[in-house]
Amino acid sequence: MPAVSKGDGMRGLAVFISDIRNWLGNTWLGGCRRSANHRSGPAKALGELMTWWTLYSRLMCKSKEAEIKRINKELANIRSKFKGDKALDGYSKKKYVCKLLFIFLLGHDIDFGHMEAVNLLSSNRYTEKQIGYLFISVLVNSNSELIRLINNAIKNDLASRNPTFMGLALHCIANVGSREMAEAFAGEIPKILVAGDTMDSAKQSAALCLLRLYRTSPHLVPTGDWASRVVHLLNDQHLGVVTAATSLITTLAQKNPEEFKTSVSLAVSRLSRIVTSASTDLQDYTYYFVPAPWLSVKLLRLLQCYPPPDPAVRGRLTECLETILNKAQEPPKSKKVQHSNAKNAVLFEAISLIIHHDSEPNLLVRACNQLGQFLQHRETNLRYLALESMCALASSEFSHEAVKTHIETVIAALKTERDVSVRQRAVDLLYAMCDRSNAQQIVAEMLSYLETADYSIREEIVLKVAILAEKYAVDYTWYVDTILNLIRVAGDYVSEEVWYRVIQIVINRDDVQGYAAKTVFESLQAPACHENLVKVGGYILGEFGNLIAGDPRSSPLVQFNLLHSKFHLCSVPTRALLLSTYIKFVNLFPEVKPTIQDVLRSDSQLRNADAELQQRAVEYLRLSTVASTDILATVLEEMPPFPERESSILAKLKKKKGPGTVMGLEEGKRERGPDINGGPEPAPASATSTPSPSADLLGLGAVPPAPAGPPPSSGGLLVDVFSDSPSAVAPLAPGSEDNFARFVCKNNGVLFENQLLQIGLKSEFRQNLGRMFIFYGNKTSTQFLNFTPTLICSDDLQANLSLQTKPVDPTVDGGAQVQQVVNIECVSDFTEAPVLNIQFRYGGTFQNVSVKLPITLNKFFQPTEMASQDFFQRWKQLSSPQQEVQNIFKAKHPMDTEITKAKIIGFGSALLEEVDPNPANFVGAGIIHTRTTQIGCLLRLEPNLQAQMYRLTLRTSKETVSQRLCALLSEQF
Amino acid sequence: MQFMLLFSRQGKLRLQKWYVPLSDKEKKKITRELVQTVLARKPKMCSFLEWRDLKIVYKRYASLYFCCAIEDQDNELITLEIIHRYVELLDKYFGSVCELDIIFNFEKAYFILDEFLLGGEVQETSKKNVLKAIEQADLLQEFQEVLGVSRNPSPDTLSHVMNILMSQCTK
Repeated sequence: MPAVSKGDGMRGLAVFISDIRNWLGNTWLGGCRRSANHRSGPAKALGELMTWWTLYSRLMCKSKEAEIKRINKELANIRSKFKGDKALDGYSKKKYVCKLLFIFLLGHDIDFGHMEAVNLLSSNRYTEKQIGYLFISVLVNSNSELIRLINNAIKNDLASRNPTFMGLALHCIANVGSREMAEAFAGEIPKILVAGDTMDSAKQSAALCLLRLYRTSPHLVPTGDWASRVVHLLNDQHLGVVTAATSLITTLAQKNPEEFKTSVSLAVSRLSRIVTSASTDLQDYTYYFVPAPWLSVKLLRLLQCYPPPDPAVRGRLTECLETILNKAQEPPKSKKVQHSNAKNAVLFEAISLIIHHDSEPNLLVRACNQLGQFLQHRETNLRYLALESMCALASSEFSHEAVKTHIETVIAALKTERDVSVRQRAVDLLYAMCDRSNAQQIVAEMLSYLETADYSIREEIVLKVAILAEKYAVDYTWYVDTILNLIRVAGDYVSEEVWYRVIQIVINRDDVQGYAAKTVFESLQAPACHENLVKVGGYILGEFGNLIAGDPRSSPLVQFNLLHSKFHLCSVPTRALLLSTYIKFVNLFPEVKPTIQDVLRSDSQLRNADAELQQRAVEYLRLSTVASTDILATVLEEMPPFPERESSILAKLKKKKGPGTVMGLEEGKRERGPDINGGPEPAPASATSTPSPSADLLGLGAVPPAPAGPPPSSGGLLVDVFSDSPSAVAPLAPGSEDNFARFVCKNNGVLFENQLLQIGLKSEFRQNLGRMFIFYGNKTSTQFLNFTPTLICSDDLQANLSLQTKPVDPTVDGGAQVQQVVNIECVSDFTEAPVLNIQFRYGGTFQNVSVKLPITLNKFFQPTEMASQDFFQRWKQLSSPQQEVQNIFKAKHPMDTEITKAKIIGFGSALLEEVDPNPANFVGAGIIHTRTTQIGCLLRLEPNLQAQMYRLTLRTSKETVSQRLCALLSEQF
Repeated sequence: MQFMLLFSRQGKLRLQKWYVPLSDKEKKKITRELVQTVLARKPKMCSFLEWRDLKIVYKRYASLYFCCAIEDQDNELITLEIIHRYVELLDKYFGSVCELDIIFNFEKAYFILDEFLLGGEVQETSKKNVLKAIEQADLLQEFQEVLGVSRNPSPDTLSHVMNILMSQCTK
């Protein structure tokens, strides 16, 4: 081994590099250690450099700033050298270009030096040329003038008789691979490739060069008469040439199978020679006792571009594949992982080909059995690949049964694998091997896995369970149970498509309607049930509640009370759905009509801050009052069956996973097309959303009754209950409570932030009124779609705090910020805080975020200044036990007087100085303004430094106000 | 193969090779994301992961991570061995290669990679042939330094000189 010539004077570079680097462990990369006396010059020199260098670099580059400073200095230096009057010699040019390259590779931007690098290309000195090419390869700039110069230099080197220069030029073309290069060299390179006198190494480079140019600009590389000669390279005696040519042919054959058809028989005979050769025959092309693994894989890959060959060749190919399967079973020739990896790489590729041909039942079943052994292999990599490969085998009718025999192992993998990516493969395989015979078992296992599954894959598992349950349901009661279980176990991950689907199915199958009504009724009895269950329950009882109304335990009134007990816990869309259920009840059960009318008539409905809810309440109430029984019965008729079509869930899973993954369930191998990636299904209601949900229902009296068949097309409000009811409101985002507390004493700041979205707040309050600006910032470069922020208040809160806002634009562009204004009025004192729920689509996934909105009672404080005498006089007046609330608590933050003062002022009350006889204490006073009353408040905060405790006392004229203010303020210190 | 990245345990990028045209911004983003993802994985986990619509194959050697992005139909295990073969090549060339060798001689690391992989495909799997190409280049460099550039050697002269030098080395 010749010494690596670092001695050519690049020491300046070495010093510079050592300046830049922080400490970098001098550990060998291991695994392939060689004896020390093999170490050549530079490595030794480096060793000596180390001690000095370590110290030096630690001093020089302690921090990122130091590194940047050092680099900027160097860049300025290089720039001045390049611009200087003195012409630089080739050596200096090379040195500086090399430095620039190094700086670029450190992650800094380089915007000069291209010209100098191009100059180096025409140097006769090898090292200069080499660095020039490297710079161009790494830092290409599509500056047209330079490209012309670069292409010229390449042309000269290709024409030179020097193979090293020629190699550099070809590597450069393959590395850059730009359109301009394709234009310049697409004609030349095939000639080099097939010329008789081209050296082997140049042939290899030329083949891959052409491949790269073809990938970038296929139209510039038309296959010509060289095609057949390229195919014959498969017969070349140099295995390196064959390897490179196989890659090229595989790529070309995918687009022009006819022209490269003859490669099939050549590839088979080459493969046959390789797999039957003894491990030493191929000399340096044998890798850890495996003959030419790279080439074998590539040949097998090439054969996957074609259908099974004609019988003569086919027999030979089958022999090859059998040999590969046999060899994989032989005891290993080496314990090294490289041996097993190389051998199995060929095995997996052979299995891919067997699956691709899908015509040899014997081979398919053998493949399955051999993969089965890997399912319990100690190498995680093999378990992963076996699961993946078996997924494909499961879709072949020949091997489906064989795959199914491994079900227990795969279920065990689901439970025991420690790597989530392996578990994911196990889920995929269970999904692929599922059929009518094992569906119940697989669905049960997936459901139980779901309880502990990683958050990242829950939604997908939910979709898979929903699809399998539907597809293989013999008994639809099982299907209904399964979906309700899904909602119970993973309600947050049950997307709207899933619960829409269960409703579609129940509506379309009258044999399951009674059972469904009974089951949802029972499920709703649980004290805490997921909002999705309320939606399904509301819908189903609204349609089929009459089927169970005969039982006194589920009489109409019981059903209604049960649903209504959930009402105040739900988000606006769900409430809207429930209101529709109520009006359906009016039709189904005349006896509950007065009760429902009372509910609709209540202030919290008729005067609801949400326009949609208010409108529904007003219109339904009116409808129930004015419409005759006949009209009611027509308008509120049972939903007609949905047209059968592809399950919206399947469409969603395809969208999520991309085509291919769900092929196992589809009939054979479907064409991959953009159509199945289409948008999500709309609401199941066949009348798609009416443009305005405020269609004049009251005018319905004049509308002739719609025929029973198709759903009413006007006044679509009733069938449109889904149009704006996406999935459940997400639970509060983590950290939401902390953030909320931070806003008690301030009005502006960032309320929430994750990788996608930032929510900022700015608010102002005067007396009992306030205005809050909410800023939604899209942090990504992709649009948010269906962006819907919703303010959610409980009934209690709604009565005491009035919030008015307008909807925001449903699309938020990447990087954009939209603003929403909320007008606030404090009607009466309140305790809870509204929840801000934001739902949107981001790149195909549904996002759902909830945060507590910091509108707190103290925001309606007006400070009141008063003298010491007045303060104590009032303090005494508020002395009844209900008026005082006291809290003693440990300090959570350092006990700093100034910060405490700022917080009390931020809280809203006046900070009264020189009032308390003890100067260490803080006292404050203010008035809380509500629409109806004003409440005077006095507060006193006594710190105890030794104990690190505080005592906070609040006295106000209203007990609930004292409690709330005390609770809010206690959290601040 | 779409790209290959070498980075240290501290997340510093040591070598990057892109076989598909991407903007600098996109490259930086991919690098950041992948380095984070791979460094977060535990040692016993499998060497493959799905990432965007690509498959990532990675392996750690001492303080360095070698990380390749391949397409859906590509073979994971053979990619793992591409990484290993590259490490072997570096090791043989530098003699017990370490991270420092790759930093100091980044240009050599690139030249070796170009001889081994070109345009994202394996060009030459024979260790001997790859190293011979690099040695020949080194030799040409020494030759030029001793005899001057004016006498640009023909391939025949070069291999003749090389044979002489090699025979001296083996003695």
